[in-house]
Amino acid sequence: MSHTPWNQPGSRNDSEEKRSSFPTTMLKASAIEEQLQSAVGRANLRDATAEDMVSGVRPQFVVEPENEQQLVAALFCADEAGAAVIPRGGGTKLDWGNPPKRAEVILSTARLNRVLEHAWADLTVTVQAGCTLQSLQNTLAQHGQRLAFDGLWPERATIGGVLSTNDSGALRLRFGGLRDLILGVTIALPDGTLASSGGKVVKNVAGYDLPKLVTGAFGTLGVITSAVFRLHPLPRSARTLSFTAENFQAMQDLVLSIQDSKLAHTALQIRWPCADILFEATDAGLNAQESQLHKLLGSTRVKEASGHVWNARQELWNSRTDNAVIAKLSILPAEIAKKVDALKGIANSRKLTWQMVAQAAGITTLRLDSDPVSISAAVRELRAEVEGSGGSLVVLRRPKILESLDAWGNAGDSAGLMRAVKYQLDSKGTLNPGRFVGGI
Amino acid sequence: MNQHLLQEFQAIVGERGVISSPEELHTYECDGLTNFRVMPLAVLLPADTPQVQAIVKICHRERMPFVARGSGTGLSGGALPVENGIVISLTRMNHILEVDFPNARVIVEPGVINLEVTGRVQPQDYFYAPDPSSQSVCSIGGNVAENSGGAHCLKYGFTTTHVLGLEVVLPDGSLVHLGGKCLDTPGYDLAGVFVGSEGTLGIATKVVLRIVKRPECIRTLLAAFPSTNEAGAAVSDIIAAGMLPAAIEMMDNLAIQAAEAAVHANYPNCGGLLLVELDGPVAEVESLMQDVAELCQKNGAWDLRIAQTDSERALVWKGRKAAFAAMGRISPNYIVQDGVIPRTALPQVMSEIARLSQETGLRVANVFHAGDGNLHPLVLYDRHIAGQEQAAEALSYRILELCLEAGGSITGEHGVGEEKKRMMSKMFSEPDLDTMQRVRCAFDPLQLSNPTKVFPTPRLCGEKPGEYVAHPLESAGIAERF
Repeated sequence: MSHTPWNQPGSRNDSEEKRSSFPTTMLKASAIEEQLQSAVGRANLRDATAEDMVSGVRPQFVVEPENEQQLVAALFCADEAGAAVIPRGGGTKLDWGNPPKRAEVILSTARLNRVLEHAWADLTVTVQAGCTLQSLQNTLAQHGQRLAFDGLWPERATIGGVLSTNDSGALRLRFGGLRDLILGVTIALPDGTLASSGGKVVKNVAGYDLPKLVTGAFGTLGVITSAVFRLHPLPRSARTLSFTAENFQAMQDLVLSIQDSKLAHTALQIRWPCADILFEATDAGLNAQESQLHKLLGSTRVKEASGHVWNARQELWNSRTDNAVIAKLSILPAEIAKKVDALKGIANSRKLTWQMVAQAAGITTLRLDSDPVSISAAVRELRAEVEGSGGSLVVLRRPKILESLDAWGNAGDSAGLMRAVKYQLDSKGTLNPGRFVGGI
Repeated sequence: MNQHLLQEFQAIVGERGVISSPEELHTYECDGLTNFRVMPLAVLLPADTPQVQAIVKICHRERMPFVARGSGTGLSGGALPVENGIVISLTRMNHILEVDFPNARVIVEPGVINLEVTGRVQPQDYFYAPDPSSQSVCSIGGNVAENSGGAHCLKYGFTTTHVLGLEVVLPDGSLVHLGGKCLDTPGYDLAGVFVGSEGTLGIATKVVLRIVKRPECIRTLLAAFPSTNEAGAAVSDIIAAGMLPAAIEMMDNLAIQAAEAAVHANYPNCGGLLLVELDGPVAEVESLMQDVAELCQKNGAWDLRIAQTDSERALVWKGRKAAFAAMGRISPNYIVQDGVIPRTALPQVMSEIARLSQETGLRVANVFHAGDGNLHPLVLYDRHIAGQEQAAEALSYRILELCLEAGGSITGEHGVGEEKKRMMSKMFSEPDLDTMQRVRCAFDPLQLSNPTKVFPTPRLCGEKPGEYVAHPLESAGIAERF
């Protein structure tokens, strides 16, 4: 049925109109500079260089606030001046999403890099957005704990960045995604509001769950200044085992039989033609699990592997990526083989090579290498195939020439609602304009 | 309600789908929290999504508030009707629509009872993890609204962990799909926002749930301690040793007495009772259970029992699950609260509760999810003694303040609803609450969906965010707007 639910007066659909009719402030660069300087001080403001480019768009300024108050002030100034703001953590995933429509100011969280409180006896941590994942894990490890999340490039990736991009690793199978680990968040909004939601305890249903709203929002609603997470103990021991299968369907069957078993594995991935399974337990527990796995897999040969295999996802970025597309596919766990079949067909007809790492939960990272025209066509075909069964294909990395290729695909029937949420929190479209789903 | 409107509703849901006689409406004037009561104009019982849409469209046209209701077991007044509004009861939408074992997903209508999901997937050895104590009667739709927890959320997470997608009728009657069967649907995690929004963002008409394979074995340990302090210390040691039990529950002496009187669970008569459940592979669980038992003994436990079989476990859990209802055996009335504290603050908060109890002369029984610091203090009183109900209410709010002072929350799983909305401004600042309400304005600009709940003061959505104020530079003539 084609009805337009968003055209009630005062409701959602007129947000576009409001935005364009909103009095835009046109300030000269020097005036923006002056304002930003008053917000963060001269030392924390510099001109942007070619290094600061965001998907081909060159910003004018880079602001590095020293504290939360400065960050709020800088964001507010930019919003007032009508300058578009690109929040940046470690910059490792800055090329994900669509290119920004505008980008005047890079708002860096690099200096907000402290672990504010590791309440180890309560298994929680409060950490500033600019803290790197590795540095957080190092602090937590002092008390035998971890954030049960294995993100990309942990030495450089920041908490704010992994949250905003909803990065998702192999540990997700057991511990859930970042949405399931985050307990609280503080965000700065373009209108100068600094708001917290959630809390510091592992169980809390007071108020709306805004920590989930900003997880994966690509910094389009507010700038995360700090977050609270629930923690897990570091495992007593861990063991990785690998196995292979004759064809992809056989591999899919093995993976599904493991998922349907009583094994208590922590991670399970297919990096064709191998698959890896991670057990974390006591030593006695590990031995028992391993022998059960042998029993379950029957004649399939299982061998112990190094923990390095869990870097497979990150390694997809290792070789030159000038002509590669790297995408995140979300598909139903039982349909991985079917989608790989489709992929093979597309790859054959379009003459491209592919590599993939698929998590048993259905999140798959895929790399395609070929000429831009073939890749672009292949992405569209594969996206249609995946969306056809309720999944999604999101382009993470792509060649410069393919910047017009939409990163997100179909936004579904909630796109209008998403725009309404965006309008409520960032009415002028200051934050990351144009980078997100449905033109947000 | 005017006859014309009533007929319009009848045309949608049929005559038997409309309840409007005062006698029948009494059933709906409150939920599990009975000290708040409001009579709705009517109760409508839609049978499918188009009917829900049609009803909500009329509400939108008439600017008439509505409250969605499941089984009405909520403990914070979330399903309490609002003045001059209707109740939309989802009990007829009670079908399990799809069971997909290879992908471990189940799709249900909101009126499906929590335990029925597990009942349906049990033969294949799966279960639905969130297990509020009311699970044999509460509905999935209600669980979604409240983000219900339960004893096992320490390990398995809450309703929000297990809801992957939603079909939602928005307050203007339009239909949207949030999330889905696959993870990480592109866009904002609006399913994550909707779960736990207490019916203020719309009505869920389909829910995609995740189911979980049953662990190889489950062992439950019962340990008797001299007081809750020693039991609390044992909990801290268990967590510090790097274990993540499926559940850790604690009861104090008064709660034990009530449970004994009600269901004869054969609990030891002690100052602090701990119930620790481990699940997983046999080898793992048995070795860890040894550690747990030692840590309990080290902290002064004098009676340890391990339940091995399902029937032994059921008996151990019986007393705990019946704890709230059991209060009726030792007190005419009680108020149950739902505060959360950081686990480490337990001894301090418990002794403060004991002090307040003495000061007010009101008995307080304590039952709690000790693993995640979720307290359920039960303030006992007698409604017929003048002033005692007010004193009990005051004490229960004071306990919530203690939780906040310790860095916790006013609610871990029951929701804010009508009952605790005035506590919200003690937990959150004005900008915090305002930001949440801006999200609400995106879903429900006219504030029709359960409008009076959760927030202490409603925000008018007409207020433009970021209202125009002249910037100092503008006033000073340095910059101008055009």
